[in-house]
Amino acid sequence: MDGFWGALARAVGLILAWDAELIEIIGLSLRVTLSAVAAACLIGLPLGAAVGAFRFPGRIAATVALNALMGLPPVVVGLMVYLTLSASGPLGVLGLLYTPAAMIVAQTVLVAPIVAALTRQVVEELDREYAEQFASLGLGPLGRVRALLWDARYALLTVALAGFGRATAEVGAVMIVGGNIDHATRVMTTAIALETSKGNLELALALGVVLIAIAVAVTGTVMTLRASAVRMAYG
Amino acid sequence: MAEPLLSASGLCFEAGGGRLIDGVDLAIRPGARVAVMGANGAGKSLLLRLLHGLIRPSAGEILWRGRPPGREARQAQAMVFQRPVLLRRSVRANLRFALAARGAGRADRIARAEQALVRARLDRLAQRPARLLSAGEQQRLAVARALACAPRLLFLDEPTASLDPASALAVEALIRDAHADGVAIVLVTHDAGQARRLGDELVFLDAGRVAETGALPGALEAPRSEAARAWVEGRLHTGPAR
Ligand SMILES: Nc1ncnc2c1ncn2[C@@H]1O[C@H](COP(=O)(O)OP(=O)(O)O)[C@@H](O)[C@H]1O
Ligand SMILES: [Mg+2]
Repeated sequence: MDGFWGALARAVGLILAWDAELIEIIGLSLRVTLSAVAAACLIGLPLGAAVGAFRFPGRIAATVALNALMGLPPVVVGLMVYLTLSASGPLGVLGLLYTPAAMIVAQTVLVAPIVAALTRQVVEELDREYAEQFASLGLGPLGRVRALLWDARYALLTVALAGFGRATAEVGAVMIVGGNIDHATRVMTTAIALETSKGNLELALALGVVLIAIAVAVTGTVMTLRASAVRMAYG
Repeated sequence: MAEPLLSASGLCFEAGGGRLIDGVDLAIRPGARVAVMGANGAGKSLLLRLLHGLIRPSAGEILWRGRPPGREARQAQAMVFQRPVLLRRSVRANLRFALAARGAGRADRIARAEQALVRARLDRLAQRPARLLSAGEQQRLAVARALACAPRLLFLDEPTASLDPASALAVEALIRDAHADGVAIVLVTHDAGQARRLGDELVFLDAGRVAETGALPGALEAPRSEAARAWVEGRLHTGPAR
């Protein structure tokens, strides 16, 4: 186990030395993941809220579809986005393949169904509580969705967190559409995979430590916010 | 006699193979004070939701000032539910939200919310999360919110059922003020004293049917129907007289 502890010590050294390559990889990871989660929320929150709050034909099918899409394998999403963005694909002219933009698109496709499906569930539950009061007030459809999303805001923070977790952890989609190109599309998960296969364990471990630290920090922040919301009976 | 605000004829509601509201005829005049009474499960809450337009009757007709209820009827009515439905926001934000839903402009909304806060003596709790209020304060907020919408007709479903006497009196005071302003009241209550204090007319429901109507307080002193008599005398009553 000396190999492991030695590698871990050198990994911590890399982090403390603020290694330029490490920082670049972490920066791109955060940029891609946060952009994708933001885009997924922009799509998934209104979509999920609409399915959760309105009764329309095909609503059950929409719910089933959203729930099924939550489990999309990242490599399949990567492949689909790859085919769409490749030179011969429908969006090939954009020239996005092997750029961070392609990685953001792929992770958005991966995360949006998660956000939508969980939002649908949260909003539907809240709507059951509020529906008659809203009907009594004569609130219109847009007002209803807005009010439901706002009143579910702390629960939806957890929803966004679930999306963030999925995006930070996945490697398949960004690997396929990004290509893990040094100084261009290399992010934490793809770098860990590559460095491990090359036997360069300290960089891989350093990235792993940072990845876990980021996950813990983000989760801790969201949980603290939720706890304060529960204290105010807003949760 | 003034034209009724709201009238119902032959109102029925069926669910799960049963007829839960059965042929109710009712007229609510402007400024009326109707007390709806009856045993648990008699259909009082259902009747209120039907009259307020939250659920559709299986048969029968509801008219608002002689016409099928539309947007105007919605704007002119408000309801306080058996369990107050308060948003996950501050007391003040709950009031402003209701006013916004009713289409009040920004300045109007702010001014009327402050008035409602003072009227319900909730001004010192304005910033508090609404769902942390005591049961009595929550019910006062629910009544204040309904009244802030300036309804002509207010439905109240057991607004003091779970409150201590002092809180109940505070809610009753709000209801009395509203009536003084000309608001018609339809109040579900199990409390005969409250029915006498806040009601001018009685509608007694038994298994979804109107068993007894009449002017209060007389109607409660000498009920003509077996159902109402049994209820007043505190005898167990298990169904409509056969
Ligand atoms: N949507 C519904 N579907 C089926 N049964 C209902 C529904 N709403 C109420 N009921 C039943 O109708 C009866 C009257 O209910 P309710 O109006 O709540 O009584 P209460 O007079 O105590 O307010 C009860 O037996 C209740 O279980
Ligand atoms: Mg009831």
